[in-house]
Amino acid sequence: MVNQLEIRNLHAKIVDGETILNGVNLILPKGQVHAIMGPNGAGKSTLGKIIAGDPSYEITKGDILMDGESILEMEADERARNGLFLAFQYPVEVPGVSNANFLRLALQAKKGGEVNMMEFYGKLQKALQTLEWDESILTRYLNDGFSGGEKKRNEIMHMMVLEPTYAIMDETDSGLDIDALKVVAKGVNAMRGPNFGALLITHYQRLLNYIIPDAVHVMIDGRIVTSGGPELALKLEEQGYDWVKELAVTG
Amino acid sequence: MSDNLVVEDIGNEYKYGFVDEVKPVWKAEKGLSRRVVEAISYHKDEPAWMLEFRLKALEIYQSKPVPTWGADLSGLNMDEIYFYAKPTEKRDARSWEEVPEEIRRTYEKLGIPEAERKVLAGVGAQYDSEMVYHQVKKELQRLGVIFVSIEEGLKHHEDLFREYFATVIPPEDNKYAALNSAVWSGGSFVYVPKGVKVDLPLQAYFRVNTAELGQFERTIIVVDEGADMHYIEGCTAPTYTTDSFHSGVIEIVVNQGAKSRYTTIQNWSHNMYNLVTQRALVKKDAYHMWLDGNLGSKVTMKYPSSYLVEEGARSDILSIAFANTGQHQDAGGKLIFAASNTGGSIVSKSISKGSGRSSYRGLIKVYEGAKHVKVNVECDALLINEESRTDTYPYMEIEDDTATVGHEATVSRLNDEQIFYLQSRGLPEDEAAALIVRGFIEPVAKELPLEYAVELNRLIELEMEGSVG
Repeated sequence: MVNQLEIRNLHAKIVDGETILNGVNLILPKGQVHAIMGPNGAGKSTLGKIIAGDPSYEITKGDILMDGESILEMEADERARNGLFLAFQYPVEVPGVSNANFLRLALQAKKGGEVNMMEFYGKLQKALQTLEWDESILTRYLNDGFSGGEKKRNEIMHMMVLEPTYAIMDETDSGLDIDALKVVAKGVNAMRGPNFGALLITHYQRLLNYIIPDAVHVMIDGRIVTSGGPELALKLEEQGYDWVKELAVTG
Repeated sequence: MSDNLVVEDIGNEYKYGFVDEVKPVWKAEKGLSRRVVEAISYHKDEPAWMLEFRLKALEIYQSKPVPTWGADLSGLNMDEIYFYAKPTEKRDARSWEEVPEEIRRTYEKLGIPEAERKVLAGVGAQYDSEMVYHQVKKELQRLGVIFVSIEEGLKHHEDLFREYFATVIPPEDNKYAALNSAVWSGGSFVYVPKGVKVDLPLQAYFRVNTAELGQFERTIIVVDEGADMHYIEGCTAPTYTTDSFHSGVIEIVVNQGAKSRYTTIQNWSHNMYNLVTQRALVKKDAYHMWLDGNLGSKVTMKYPSSYLVEEGARSDILSIAFANTGQHQDAGGKLIFAASNTGGSIVSKSISKGSGRSSYRGLIKVYEGAKHVKVNVECDALLINEESRTDTYPYMEIEDDTATVGHEATVSRLNDEQIFYLQSRGLPEDEAAALIVRGFIEPVAKELPLEYAVELNRLIELEMEGSVG
């Protein structure tokens, strides 16, 4: 079995709309953390949502393989139960549904049966401790009235409890102050290990000071135009995206 | 508590639609006539004044036109309805063993005896036209709590009965209150003496088994000064191709400083016309809550009302309506303020699925001279599918300018982003949709006793199966 998440020559468009991805190739080996950077409108968030199975996009060509198996025929929930996780850029508010209750239902769906309450609360406690958070967040309604920072932190808590094999974090750093950013990074770093792969979608190099990626990919106009190590992020921070845009044109 | 979303009866939308092989021991001829009214009265061995009352009410019924301002009632044919069916000779059995086996089995299937043992203070069970079982815990009997069928109430507590009967809802009130007054049968007579607090709910369960039957329960509840009680009403019926009819009248008096709560989980089969008049008279510093859940029936018209007639009285009306394809839930509530420093609220949550239609219809009336009334109305509608429909008819008659009146109404559609978000955490689409609906009704559902909240959630999940995608 190939232990990796592979995006193979992926072309996609909005259902009844414009084309966003123009042949994305990317391999995320299990056990690694990769960053995808790029300017606004490059298609980074779209890529994340498509991997997670957002039905508002249509794949026109290419494939997504998780551990060697295509997941294109799976609905979003089936992908999740198979170990995929998307931390949303804009987590959605669901009034009336308590955070903990929902998380328990999600864990139950993943495990395919009742979840031991002790075990569940153990996981919650551990996540809350890492994220330097108190229990009051558990009984609040899912994202309802959460601040921007709380929403992002909550996504990481969900990830820590659901323990996915591959996680995509869509601009989890945007809108966070430096303290919150450090806490979120702590959560992600706590997940790192041989059975966890992550794709960090970000605009800024800042996050990568706290989560050191194994590789950095740059996306422009719906394609990965160049890849490298953590130093690539620093170069982008210093020089901007113009030089890569030229790569996109010539490439 | 089990609120696991994976339900066992997948695809089986209405699980109470089974029919019992029970033949009534006596059934009135089809249709409504003076003779039928007399026969009902005869079978109940009533005092003469009651027969007189019934016959007068029949005239009032006949003099009033079928209302056309609400749901479509043109399919309701009174000539095709049996107005009375007596299931067994014995009324108000005190133990389930005394209830005929076939009937008892039905209540066991519905979980009533079990709930009685675990979470209730008393149970009344109506089967077709009569209460076949009625029992309340011994310690409450010793405190003077009366919880019997309406017939037993008339027979054994006639003075108390006459003091309240038809005082809150007279036959002239509306066509179907008049009809009920003419042919009423079954229902509860409840009296909670001064200062007595009934900790667990009293429940009445209504089952219609005979096809094309009309069930006309009549309930009187008196909560005396400083007392406290919660009454729960549940209803189911077999699914027939012909229509059935349920038209109850519920009169409640909440005396000074008392607290009462009336909860309905109406889950009639989808061939039922459900036209009910429910009203509470709320006295000085007393409180009454209506919690009205309408999930079943073909057509429901039901607007629980509270009349706040003395200072300091308060009342809240919480309403949930779920209209699936082929259903029209025309529900809401009325708050009538006739005294100063009174207050209350109406919170309505309606869900329309498929081509189902739910209407909120509500009235807030503040009489001139009723000073400093505070009232708030919030009605939220959720539409599941493109063809789902909702309407709002909020009536406000505010005659005193010291009143503070708030009103808020929203209509939303089941949101694709919410579904995708929940799906991306592993919940299948149907379950995600059911969870969103549960969240939507949560502000009302959380007021239910736990067991009923779980049951309500389960019913919603069944209704939501196959709703999206």
